[in-house]
Amino acid sequence: MQPFDIVTGKAAPFLASNVDTDVIMPKQFLKGIDRSGLDKGVFFDLSFLKSGEPDPEFVLNRPQWSGASFLVTGPNFGCGSSREHAVWGLKQLGIRALIGTSFAGIFYDNCQRNGVLAIQLPERELQALGHVVSDGATATISVDLPNQQIRMSDGSVIDFAMDDLRKQSLLLGLDAIGSTLQRAAQIRDFETRHYAANPWLG
Amino acid sequence: MNSPRTLYQKHIDSHTVCTLDDQGHVLLYIDRQVANEYTSPQAFSGLREAGRTVWRPSATLAVVDHVNPTAANRIAEMPDAGGALQVSYFEENCRDFGIELFDVLDKRQGIEHVVAPEQGFILPGMVVAAGDSHTTTYGALGAFGFGIGTSEIEHLLATQTLVYKRLKTLRVTVTGELGMGVTSKDVIMALIEKIGASGATGYAIEFTGPVIWALSVEARMTICNMAVEAGARGAFMAPDEKVYAYVKSRPRAPQGEQWQAAEAKWRELFSDEGAVFDSEVTVDVNALEPMVTWGTSPDQAAPVSSTVPDPAMIDDLILRQGMQRALTYMGLEAGMRLSDVQISHAFIGSCTNARIEDLRDVARVVKGKKVAPTVRAMIVPGSTLVRAQAEEEGLARIFLDAGFEWRQSGCSMCLAMNDDVLAAGDRCASSTNRNFEGRQGAGARTHLMSPAMVAAAAIRGCLTDVRLLAEEA
Repeated sequence: MQPFDIVTGKAAPFLASNVDTDVIMPKQFLKGIDRSGLDKGVFFDLSFLKSGEPDPEFVLNRPQWSGASFLVTGPNFGCGSSREHAVWGLKQLGIRALIGTSFAGIFYDNCQRNGVLAIQLPERELQALGHVVSDGATATISVDLPNQQIRMSDGSVIDFAMDDLRKQSLLLGLDAIGSTLQRAAQIRDFETRHYAANPWLG
Repeated sequence: MNSPRTLYQKHIDSHTVCTLDDQGHVLLYIDRQVANEYTSPQAFSGLREAGRTVWRPSATLAVVDHVNPTAANRIAEMPDAGGALQVSYFEENCRDFGIELFDVLDKRQGIEHVVAPEQGFILPGMVVAAGDSHTTTYGALGAFGFGIGTSEIEHLLATQTLVYKRLKTLRVTVTGELGMGVTSKDVIMALIEKIGASGATGYAIEFTGPVIWALSVEARMTICNMAVEAGARGAFMAPDEKVYAYVKSRPRAPQGEQWQAAEAKWRELFSDEGAVFDSEVTVDVNALEPMVTWGTSPDQAAPVSSTVPDPAMIDDLILRQGMQRALTYMGLEAGMRLSDVQISHAFIGSCTNARIEDLRDVARVVKGKKVAPTVRAMIVPGSTLVRAQAEEEGLARIFLDAGFEWRQSGCSMCLAMNDDVLAAGDRCASSTNRNFEGRQGAGARTHLMSPAMVAAAAIRGCLTDVRLLAEEA
C-alpha cells in the first residue's frame, strides 16, 4: 500500500449528498478480475455527455480542478454497494484523499485499505474549505497526515482527527494481513476456545 | 463483564480475539463468509500473489449470483466475456482453495443472502461478513452480519478475522400494529425516510418491539437487509421461537444433542435489562401506509397516497439541490400525485424481497388478473429452491397466466450487472433496495416498494395502493 505523508495538490468541490458507489463506479466497469483500468469508470455517467464527449461542466473536467488530488465531498459519500472498485478507480485517477462531513462505513474502510485518506470534518469547517477550493485560484491545498492538518494557500489551517491505528497504517503503508498473521497463535487459541464452547459451529 | 450488555456487545465480546487499542479496535473472529463472483476475484489474486492460503475454507460458501442470466432456460455459459471470466475464475479459486461452490446449475444456487439462511449456513449468535453490503440480512436470525470490501475479503480469507472498530448502538423499537396490505418493507422504508440515508451511519441497529415479534422470519430479513440503506453497518434482532423453528428445518442445522446445546446458548442472545444504547428511535406503524420512493436515494420515500414533495419547501441548500436533481432524473414534478406515475416495467426480485412469502404475496394480488399491456413484468425468485417451491405451490402458474415472466434466480435487475438491464427513460416499480441513478440501467428510473405493491403497479400500469386493488376485487 502506498504510504501517505504530506500531499499537495488541487482539491475539487463535489458537495452533493449521498453520492453512492453506483454513481462513482457504474456496473459496466465491474466485470473484471483485476483492478486495472478503473480510472476510466469513475463518475462515468457524470463525466460524459450522451454524445460520448466529456461534459465540460463536470467538476473534474474543468481546467481549474483537472488532475485533482483531493475531493471535498458532501454528506454520506460512498453509500450503497460495497464495491471496492469505487476506491480503486478514485485512486487510479490520482485522488489521494477525500474530505467530507461523513462517509458510508464500508466505503470508509475500503479507502483505508487502499491508502486513500478519508478525512471527516465538522460541517462548518467543511463549508469553509468547500468555499476556498470552489475558486480555482485557491484550490491547491496540502494534506499533512503526520500533523493531521489541512493547509490552504492563504496560510490558514484546519486540524483533523484520525484514529492512531488508522493513521499508523496509512503513514507506513502497512500490509494489514501480514500484521494480523503475526497474531496467528492468538487466533488459533481463540478458535480452540470458541469451537469448544460452540461445537455446532465446527 | 457483569454490567448489562446489549446484544451487539455480547456478539462482539464473544468474537474478540484480542483488543488492539483503547479506541475500540479489536481483532474480530468471523464465523462465516459468503462469497460471490464479482467482489472476490481480486481477493483471491491477492492471496495467490502473496503465496497465502485460506485459513478455514469450510467457513466460506461461494455462490454465483451477480452476473448470471435469469432466462428460463438455464445454461452454464455466461453470455458476456466479463461475466464468463468472473465465473470461471471463481470456479478456479474455489477449487484451488477448497471452498464449496454453488455454481449456476446447482439446484441450491440463488442470491447469496437468500441461499445462506435457506441452507442453515447462518445460525443465531454468529458473526458473519461478506463482500456485499446486504450481508446485514442475517440479523433476522440473531446473527450479526455486515458488508466488507474486497481487501477485507482477502484479509478474512487469510486470517478468519477482521481488524474491526466497535460501533455505536441504536435501538429501533417498532410499535403499533400493521394494517392490511402494509408489510415489513414499508416499515423499513418508513424508518429510512425518517432517519435519512446516513441516519444510522456508525451504528449497529437492534430492532425490537411488538411489530418485529409479530413478523415472520423472512419478513424480518427484509428489514435487516435494508437497514444498510440508512447507513447501518449491521442490524439485527434477538432470536425467538420463530427463528429456532426456521433454522431447525434447514439442511445444515445442528442435530440432536448439538441442537439442544445450541438452542440453550441462543436463548441468552438478547440485550440485558438496563443495557444502554447510544441512541434510540421509535417507529409507530398504526398509521403507516404502503410506501414508494419518488427520488434517487432510498430515504426519498412517501406514502403512495401522497404527492411528490416540493424542493422549494426545503431550507437546507444541499438537500434542496439533491431533491431537485432527483426530480429531474426521475422526470417528476413537485405536487404530482404518486398514484398518477405510469410505469413501463415491474420487477420482483433481489435479496430484499424474493423469498417464498414474497412470491405468495404477489400471487394473492395478481391471481386472475392481467399485467397492463404497457408493462413488462418480471419475477426473479431469490433462489432456485424458492423457484421450485413456487412451482410446486402453483404460484408460477398464477404468474404466467397473469403475464409475468417467470425467470431463474440471481441478483438480476436489482443492480443490472447481468443482461437484465433497463434502457434510459424506462420506469420500474421494483421490490429491490436501491433507487440510485443508473442502478437498473443508465438513465432508468426506479421506484422502490413492497412486492405486493409492485404486483399492483404491474396490473394497473401505474403506482397503485395495493389495498385499493384488493377492494376492487
